[in-house]
Amino acid sequence: MSILIDKSARVLVQGITGRQGGFHAKLMMEYGTDVVGGVTPGKGGEWFEGKPVFDTMRSAVETTNADVSLVTVPARFAADAILEAAEAGVKLVVCLTEHIPVADMMKVVAYCRCRGARLIGPNCPGVMTPGQAKVGIIPAMVAMPGNVGVVSKSGTLTYEVGFAMKNAGIGISTVVGIGGDPVIGTTFVDVLAMFESDPETEKVALLGEIGGSAEIAAADYIRNAMTKPVAAFIAGRSAPPGKRMGHAGAIVDGGEGSAEEKILALEAAGARVAANPEEIPSLLL
Amino acid sequence: MKLHEFQSKFLFQDYGIPIPQGKVAASPAEAYDIARELGGVVVIKAQAHVGGRGKAGGVKVARNADEAKRHAEDILGMDIKGLTVERVLVDPAADIQQEIYLAITNDRGAGKPLIMTSMEGGMDIEELNRDRPDAIVREHVDPLMGLQDFQKTNIASAMGLPRALWRSFGLILGGLYQCYSESDAELAEINPLAVTGAGELLAVDGKVIIDDNALFRQPALTAARDTSGEPESEKRAREAGITYIKLDGQIGCMVNGAGLAMTTMDMTKLYGDDAGIGPANFLDIGGGASPEQVAAALRIILSDDNVKCVLFNIFGGITRCDEVANGILTAYNEVKPDVPMVIRLQGTNAAEGNRIIGDARIPKLISAETLTEAAQRAVAAVKEGA
Repeated sequence: MSILIDKSARVLVQGITGRQGGFHAKLMMEYGTDVVGGVTPGKGGEWFEGKPVFDTMRSAVETTNADVSLVTVPARFAADAILEAAEAGVKLVVCLTEHIPVADMMKVVAYCRCRGARLIGPNCPGVMTPGQAKVGIIPAMVAMPGNVGVVSKSGTLTYEVGFAMKNAGIGISTVVGIGGDPVIGTTFVDVLAMFESDPETEKVALLGEIGGSAEIAAADYIRNAMTKPVAAFIAGRSAPPGKRMGHAGAIVDGGEGSAEEKILALEAAGARVAANPEEIPSLLL
Repeated sequence: MKLHEFQSKFLFQDYGIPIPQGKVAASPAEAYDIARELGGVVVIKAQAHVGGRGKAGGVKVARNADEAKRHAEDILGMDIKGLTVERVLVDPAADIQQEIYLAITNDRGAGKPLIMTSMEGGMDIEELNRDRPDAIVREHVDPLMGLQDFQKTNIASAMGLPRALWRSFGLILGGLYQCYSESDAELAEINPLAVTGAGELLAVDGKVIIDDNALFRQPALTAARDTSGEPESEKRAREAGITYIKLDGQIGCMVNGAGLAMTTMDMTKLYGDDAGIGPANFLDIGGGASPEQVAAALRIILSDDNVKCVLFNIFGGITRCDEVANGILTAYNEVKPDVPMVIRLQGTNAAEGNRIIGDARIPKLISAETLTEAAQRAVAAVKEGA
């Protein structure tokens, strides 16, 4: 077991003939992920590393029976690509793309809910179940199989913490990058609930940052519904208010979303919060 | 991207929302002409991307054109929280009987547009939300359906708006929602929406913020961008495709990834705060970190005179640390910084990357293995240089 993906996942890559899409599709296949094909409008009938390329998600899903899609297309086309995947019936859509307008994401998230498709992202590094499969760009070297679930808003910070855990001999059940945008498909609470009911996850590491109130909701969930221990880190203690720190969602706005309030809420809920991400492994021992 | 008050109100007017028929002046003489043309009492309002302009003396009432000119002389060129006022809006004074608050914003938690309105307008909404949250009526909009007529009635009824105003309020709310949608706004706010002595509604002040990620499909609004409030270094970084935010510490930070960049800033503060040392900037170099990119980022960081040390924190995932190390050396030789640089490379090919840095034998290059060590060494380097 694990959450979201395992080696049975049948994955399509939207944008597989693009530079990014192709590069990461190959790495995913090397990792052992069952990439069953790709979609690029206008390139249907071509082949990518022995896998069929389709013009549309509908024909790709009909032919391959895929249940997961990875969206790697540029921001202007990404919202449409997610809608297409949800309409075609895949159960899980992972979107890496950064800079999608929020107005589009509000529609996309609502539509995915209607279709019963789970969306991870956008603006995220994807999902990896170490030793089984990865959908996205998380480097293979940053995690080994184990029993700690990791959920994070950020890419390289996740790699940093996963790598420190690996060096300390701590493995990961599944690592989920939920993304740093204001409106995302899957929240901390959604992933915490999945880890709580996953028998192979014993502890959880949560990596949050300034902006919004998703970490406060996570703290409420931890206090009310979680039995498994949680270690956490919140980035952005030194960030000034009113400035957007790279991620579209990372902004302390009108006094809301500061690192301090999130740290206090998580601590009050019983999570162990590190002041330095390199302390996370010691909080998981 | 923030719009000025006058830009926001002129945009509202395109959607049928009544606004005072004022004009913008860049000189006292222009303000005089506009006031004379309008006749009667006018209000001179500073146009700058900063809050609290009223308290700073940036809004003044003038009884005639001569007074308008004098007030414009005072306000133009005025410094409000570090920003220079370059334009004023000259509006006819409104006969305000009651002030309403009305705004549409993105509710990130709900993933839906949120309408917020209150009969207690005029004041700062954050203050009102803190002191009297029950005075605010909130209504979410289904993003797939858009605003429905019944919701307008729900809102007008819940806020206790006099029935005589429901029709005009509904038209304004409909116009504001359309404006918010079509402009890709993350905030469209009217505060106050005045009830005048004649019993009409008038958008006396307005504020619009556009989603930066949607500017590609908003050419008219993008052209209206006013970058005068933006630090020169941030402007240059934006043009180079690097995310950079200037802060007031001494340690310049160069990092790949936004979350790790914030974390690196936090670490310099964690170990330096006691001695008043902290981050000089946020900088996300993005993926790849080619020599050209590193050099461009290094120049931007060093354009800040406060910087006494540069801290590189690169986690190589797909990016290989040996390539980044070569990039750093090339950039170093090109830019030749006077300040020490602490370099921490971790992840893919980190050993090789650190060997390249070590072999270069540049006395001002200090390598570090962990993020903790890197932050501590950067803090120590600032202390030594002081």
